[in-house]
Amino acid sequence: MKNKIYQTFDEAVADVPDGSVLMSPGFGGVGLPRNLLAALNRQGAKNLTGISNNAGTVDAKVDVGTLIAAGQVKKMICAFTAPTHPSQVTPFVRMYNNDEVDAELVPQGTLAERIRAAASGIGAFYTPASVGTELAEGKEHREINGRTYVLEYPLHADYAFIRAWKADTFGNLQFRLAQRNFNPIMAMAARITIVEVENDIVAAGELDPDQIHVSGVYVDRLVRIPPPPDGIWD
Amino acid sequence: MAEKPRLSRQAMCDRLAMEFQDGWIVNLGVGMPTLCSNYVDPTKTLVFHSENGVIGYGPLAKPDEVDRHLVNAGGQNVTGVPGMAIVHHADSFALIRKGMLDVTVMGAYEVAENGDFANWRIPPRKGGGIGGAMDLAACAKRVFIALEHATREGKPRLLKRCTLPITAPGVVKLVATDLGLFAVTPQGFQLREYAPGWTPEEIQELTEARLSLADDLREFRLRAQA
Repeated sequence: MKNKIYQTFDEAVADVPDGSVLMSPGFGGVGLPRNLLAALNRQGAKNLTGISNNAGTVDAKVDVGTLIAAGQVKKMICAFTAPTHPSQVTPFVRMYNNDEVDAELVPQGTLAERIRAAASGIGAFYTPASVGTELAEGKEHREINGRTYVLEYPLHADYAFIRAWKADTFGNLQFRLAQRNFNPIMAMAARITIVEVENDIVAAGELDPDQIHVSGVYVDRLVRIPPPPDGIWD
Repeated sequence: MAEKPRLSRQAMCDRLAMEFQDGWIVNLGVGMPTLCSNYVDPTKTLVFHSENGVIGYGPLAKPDEVDRHLVNAGGQNVTGVPGMAIVHHADSFALIRKGMLDVTVMGAYEVAENGDFANWRIPPRKGGGIGGAMDLAACAKRVFIALEHATREGKPRLLKRCTLPITAPGVVKLVATDLGLFAVTPQGFQLREYAPGWTPEEIQELTEARLSLADDLREFRLRAQA
């Protein structure tokens, strides 16, 4: 069995090429793979397409906005392309307004379901979200049992960066509370899944098989987050 | 016109929260609608759902209660309540699309008498902030809106038709503003409760849409009188 454990974040992301499609989870500041994003920022890959709930925040913490601000991202696919409050002008918003980065705006539930579709081999699906709005314009509509739906397609990715609470050497993952958010579906959707782990990585067999959120078959690389200041913890 | 006192944001959200029934699954939008959770009726048990898959969260966490892994849709640290469950984001929205939510409360820029509302984009500004609003609006059993009755410039927000790109067509059931409580009926907005000190005529003057008056029209219910 191939060893999945990497000693550093830099090694774990060293081969991410220019032009990759990258999923990075996180919601409300929780469950973000900040260490892997920081490593990719150092590594310098360019022309990335990012798939995330948002395009970064105004705080100084490392997130996908760090890659955007560094000019590493050509396009974001996300549920927010404008700030929820006009005072929150992120690097993304500035660059998007200057046409320096492209974006596709997707309702959050549709975003999640498109990721799950990629994770589960579904070719497309119909959702009622966005029907009757400008986001549904140009999309295939279909009436099913008296309700109108729009057709949406899967979102695939080359890489998913994941933040987990616990992992074993096989790559089985557990998340804690709201940390879970987009993590499981992104881990299962990408071609190569790289995980930063908050606890010591235990031997296969030590985690209860009934309590695994993502099977290790989806996981390629694991890095234990070192204590601060070397590791980013919040 | 002399400036009369208007309802506070908390009073608006209290009033919407009074409509919640025992056992309802409730989703509160980021910002003003989260104030609904400050209204506690001990005779009712509510299940608060958040987009990030937290089903059954409680009040905001006090400093000594903060768990860095537990936040609501606004990223605020919350507490759990007995019976809380966690699902991933796709399952969280599966719950929404299935129609499990009894109510979602959202803020808005505009609401129209046909039940349309707009809360995600202000052209010509580029981009928008949808988050989960379109999924919630299209699929929750009821959509309640809390918003100021007029813009800072005095432009009405209760309109015949929305001027901004809408979030969902024909879904709004109940609206609380700083001037009153309005039901959205097949005949348009119906004034059900007016802010203390305001007459229906004064409220109509600040409203683009035509208001009908409820048979049991009354003064706005505040927390102490609930």
